[in-house]
Order: sequence, then C-alpha cells, then structure tokens
Amino acid sequence: MDRVERPLSPHLQVYRWQISSVLSILHRLTGVALTLGLPVFVYWLFALASGPQAYAEAQLILGSMWLKLCYLGWSFCFFYHMANGIRHLGWDLGYGFESVQIHVSGWAGVITALVATLVYGSLVIF
Amino acid sequence: MSLVSPLNRVLGLGSAKEGTEHWWGQRLSAVALVVLGLWFAGAVLGFGEFGYASVSSWIAQPFNAVLVSLLVLTLAYHSQLGVQVVVEDYVHATGLKIATLIALKFLHIVLAAVGVFAVLKLALGAPL
Repeated sequence: MDRVERPLSPHLQVYRWQISSVLSILHRLTGVALTLGLPVFVYWLFALASGPQAYAEAQLILGSMWLKLCYLGWSFCFFYHMANGIRHLGWDLGYGFESVQIHVSGWAGVITALVATLVYGSLVIF
Repeated sequence: MSLVSPLNRVLGLGSAKEGTEHWWGQRLSAVALVVLGLWFAGAVLGFGEFGYASVSSWIAQPFNAVLVSLLVLTLAYHSQLGVQVVVEDYVHATGLKIATLIALKFLHIVLAAVGVFAVLKLALGAPL
C-alpha cells in the first residue's frame, strides 16, 4: 500500500513559536553549552594549583579574546539556566502553571539573564 | 498479591526501586547550585585581574576551599545528569549511545577529581 504524502507536524515554515517551547529549548541548549564550559573552569583551577609559572602561561590562553567572547556566552548560559531552572523548580512544586505566570516568569528569567550578563561582561570579562 | 503482570514477572522487569533517582538528583543538585553558583558568581566580582596571588590565596581559605570543592562536585554531577538525558533523547544507535554515555560518565568523574584535587592542593599543599 502506498503511503500518502501528508505534511509532517510541526510544519516548520509556518510554525508559530511560543515562549514556552523556545525557553525550554534554550534551557537545554544553555545546559549543554555549560557542560562544554566545565572543562575550562577545571583547567583554570588546575592551572592555579600548578603554581604561578603555569598559571601565567594558562592566562595567555584563558585571557584570549576568543575565550572572552565565550565567557560572555557562558555568563548568559549560566544566569539563564539558573533563572529558568528556578522556574522549573517552581513547577515541580506545583506553582506557576497559569498562562500569564508562564509569560511573566519566562520573560523575567530572560531579562534577568541579559542584565546579569551585561553586568558580568563589563565588570569581570572586559 | 503482586501487581506485576505475569509477562513482566517472567522477564524480571518492573520497578527497579530507583526510577526517580535521576530526576530527584537533578533537582537537589539544581537547588544546591543556585546557592553555590550565586555565591561563586558574587565572589568572582572581587577577583579583579584574576592575579595568581589574590585568587589562589582566596581559594586556599578553608571556607572557600570547601565551597569551591562542593561547587565542582555538584557541577560535575548536575552536568552529567543533564547531558545524559540529552544523549538518551537524540542518540538512537544503541552501541553509540552506550559508548557516549560511558565516555561522558568517565569525563565528568575526571573533571570532578581534577577540580577537587586542584582546590585541595591550593588549600593544603606547599606553595609552589
């Protein structure tokens, strides 16, 4: 029997994004990105433990412009994943499921993360 | 009276008594990371130019050494749990999936060990 060629769901070209799914996808993406940052954090600790000479050499790598851009990205990932994670903990406790609450808490998390990233970028990274 | 279906009883399937462990561990480590993460993010604001002397002596203080160790351990644990779910969701070839999951477990254990050792070295070791 021939399969009828029906369109597959979701229809990505006409798919209307909604905050709930976008923030959920972003939560997972930022989590994976933070996992990629963990080796850098551990490398930094290891360089410190290896003494001033080794740390000075490591700082040439850790202080490079490319990594500074990564730190900015990881800062956003860190603060977003934390803010959105707190939303998840609230849902786990049974709070915040109303549509209005989803929107307010979602945007609050995004804005908090952006502000914290800007503060971190200007005070710590650059 | 057993509520396990006859087929499952024969196959030895059914509750393994630890089905919620992953979910619960992810939540508990998340709560811990809110506290540890915000504490460390606040401390980093005072690191200035990240000079060796100031940062290493800060980590070497007992209170900070304990909390940074806990931070590294909890980060590795939470990261392992999260990335495990991602692999289970997207890698469908059984062999590749199992190999990736094992590799990620080893990697996270190595990261946790190196991180904690580094903190202990700074806190307890002779100055280099």
